[in-house]
Amino acid sequence: MGKEETVSDLHQDLRDIKEQDQYNFRTEIDYAHSSRRGIGEDVVRELSSLKDEPEWMLDFRLKALDIFFSMPMPTWGVDLGTLDFEQFYYFMRATRGKTRTWDEVPDAIKDTFEKLGIPEAERKYLAGVETQMDSETVYSSLKVEWERHGIIFVDMDTAVREYPDLVQAHISKCVPVRDNKFAALNSAFWSGGSFVYVPPGVDVEIPLQAYFRINAQSLGQFERTIIIADEGSNVHYIEGCTAPQYTEAALHTGVIEIFVKKGAHARYTTIQNWSRNVYNLVTQRAIVDEDGLMEWVDGNLGSGITMKYPAVILRGARARGEILSIAFAAEGQHYDAGAKAIHLAPDTRSSITSKSISKGNGRSGFRGLVRIGRGAERAQSKVLCDALLLDPESRSDTYPYIDVSEDDSRVEHEATVSRISEDQLFYLMSRGLSEQQASALIINGFLEPFVKELPMEYAVELNRLVQLQMEGSVG
Amino acid sequence: MALEIRDLHVAVDGKEILKGVSLVVERGATHALMGPNGSGKSTLSYALMGHPKYQITRGDVLLDGTSLLEMTPDLRARQGLFLAMQYPVAVSGVTLYSFLHAATSAVRGYGDQKKSAAPGRRNAHMMPMREFRKEVDEKLDLIKMDSAFLRRYLNEGFSGGEKKRAEILQMALLQPRYAVLDETDSGLDIDALRIVSEGINTLQESLQVGLLVITHYQRILNYIHPDVVHIFVDGRVVKTGDAALVDLLEERGYDWVRQELAAGG
Repeated sequence: MGKEETVSDLHQDLRDIKEQDQYNFRTEIDYAHSSRRGIGEDVVRELSSLKDEPEWMLDFRLKALDIFFSMPMPTWGVDLGTLDFEQFYYFMRATRGKTRTWDEVPDAIKDTFEKLGIPEAERKYLAGVETQMDSETVYSSLKVEWERHGIIFVDMDTAVREYPDLVQAHISKCVPVRDNKFAALNSAFWSGGSFVYVPPGVDVEIPLQAYFRINAQSLGQFERTIIIADEGSNVHYIEGCTAPQYTEAALHTGVIEIFVKKGAHARYTTIQNWSRNVYNLVTQRAIVDEDGLMEWVDGNLGSGITMKYPAVILRGARARGEILSIAFAAEGQHYDAGAKAIHLAPDTRSSITSKSISKGNGRSGFRGLVRIGRGAERAQSKVLCDALLLDPESRSDTYPYIDVSEDDSRVEHEATVSRISEDQLFYLMSRGLSEQQASALIINGFLEPFVKELPMEYAVELNRLVQLQMEGSVG
Repeated sequence: MALEIRDLHVAVDGKEILKGVSLVVERGATHALMGPNGSGKSTLSYALMGHPKYQITRGDVLLDGTSLLEMTPDLRARQGLFLAMQYPVAVSGVTLYSFLHAATSAVRGYGDQKKSAAPGRRNAHMMPMREFRKEVDEKLDLIKMDSAFLRRYLNEGFSGGEKKRAEILQMALLQPRYAVLDETDSGLDIDALRIVSEGINTLQESLQVGLLVITHYQRILNYIHPDVVHIFVDGRVVKTGDAALVDLLEERGYDWVRQELAAGG
């Protein structure tokens, strides 16, 4: 009953979370240093010089820009025809200035907080009154004990300055610049994101959390995150995204690279709830060495268009990868999400569990790739894909790609599509629940395998978001 | 104060199943409705609760004077009507506990504006957890189950007996004024039948529930003693009497009723 009890005492929980919170962010926001709209070498140079970056990083960016220009747009999955790269700003730096007050928070955002039932203290935090995060991630402090254990947890700009060798040794080594057009775009314009290094044998007990928000109009968000879990270490990184609504479309193109060394365990949890005008085009991938374990826990509720395929490359013997994802596509939303598991060594195992919900004309597509490469003897992979359709016009598509080069490997693929049954609704409604509450309960049940993997506060928030999504009042 | 069914006609997919049912169940009274398979007993229970598949073509159902016909099932539940179903539906991923909490909160009006004493509280629409927890633990004793039961997913993988106990647990928490028990004895072994029946009796006594016990066999009526017995054949009540009718039925079977009907024209 632990979960329910904690929900009841949410105030206390949030206080506790606050107390645990390592980051004492200060709120200062001033968009004085913003680039012009659109893409160009001048913008890259301006960005790099504002950040006072070393030459090698400027070179990296400029090469990536060339690659970006040379690559075609993806023509599959979602319709990116309306995406105009020239309409966005590619860099904004939130510099220290005045503190935002509660009065300055737009009413629309206050209203969303009201609907979410977020307590006052938490609202200020989320609205950036107590904490302001923008295209740059500002960590003012790192817990002393982490330093004591040699854990590095800084924003990427700091990492470029203070740990150039580590950054150079890892950036684009998991997601090559050429991997796709958006990876190239990110490489050219990345800003913000986290750099995490966990030394051998170190167990990071408290999850590392980062909050990313799009706060400015047409602000492209290009976080770049690198996580290195060295041999035998254990780390859980949580990224939460919420974005207030703005009228102009926003572009979120993140690249996440994770290196799981021998015997290490890394988990990356994210729930994205971008506003509906956001293009969410993310590349996230992990390379897993011998006996390592990578877990992606990936929730998608927001954005208008999302393309996202968390991947594990199982490079070492007995490496494991688990990808658990949910997507809730409501009216006007189109997800083309999925997962990739590439097996390159013997006795590697992967499991992919995807749950999607489509409502109204929402479309949720699942693209799952399993590749058992040569030498991946006795590899095993299990793909489970469940879709729940809420309306006759909702749509769900499954595109499994399976490519096996070793005979003694085993790949299982299972897919189900279901609807909420009249009898289930009647049963729950006969117990006093409104149709909406009954549907939300059934959906929460459908998502339970995902939700139970989330930290408490995320589980609570997700349930509320699902409810709001049901009421059609999100975004 | 009664549940009044007046000349109720119900059709499913255009086919008339109930052909004018009338009966009145007072608060605190126990009525048994006995009939052979296929006579329309379950149709009556679904129609009373408002299942969308059952169209009411004529007649009315009043709960303490208020017509239920325009109400969706949730509103009927909040009005004080409960249906213990013959085939409770499973909902995967939803624990019995969270379901009971949501249902109890809804029926007791925690979702209503006027009861939200603390609008800023995130769970103002829910009954306070500790209060609920305490009550649900008490009610578990009634059906002789322990709290591990609450952590299971609603009706998923429940045995026949567990399903019926869960139904009675719901009834205990929702505290209805009138309850329809649809073949509650089916799928129960003798011990479970006794526990479930005793639970129902306790509830009836404490809440003064008006009970309509729908059953094929007299078995459950050995535990829940009816004040009034109705015999139900081919979509209508054909005979009404006291508990002695049960013995007569047991002795002679439903054929006797049919023959008598035929003879009486």
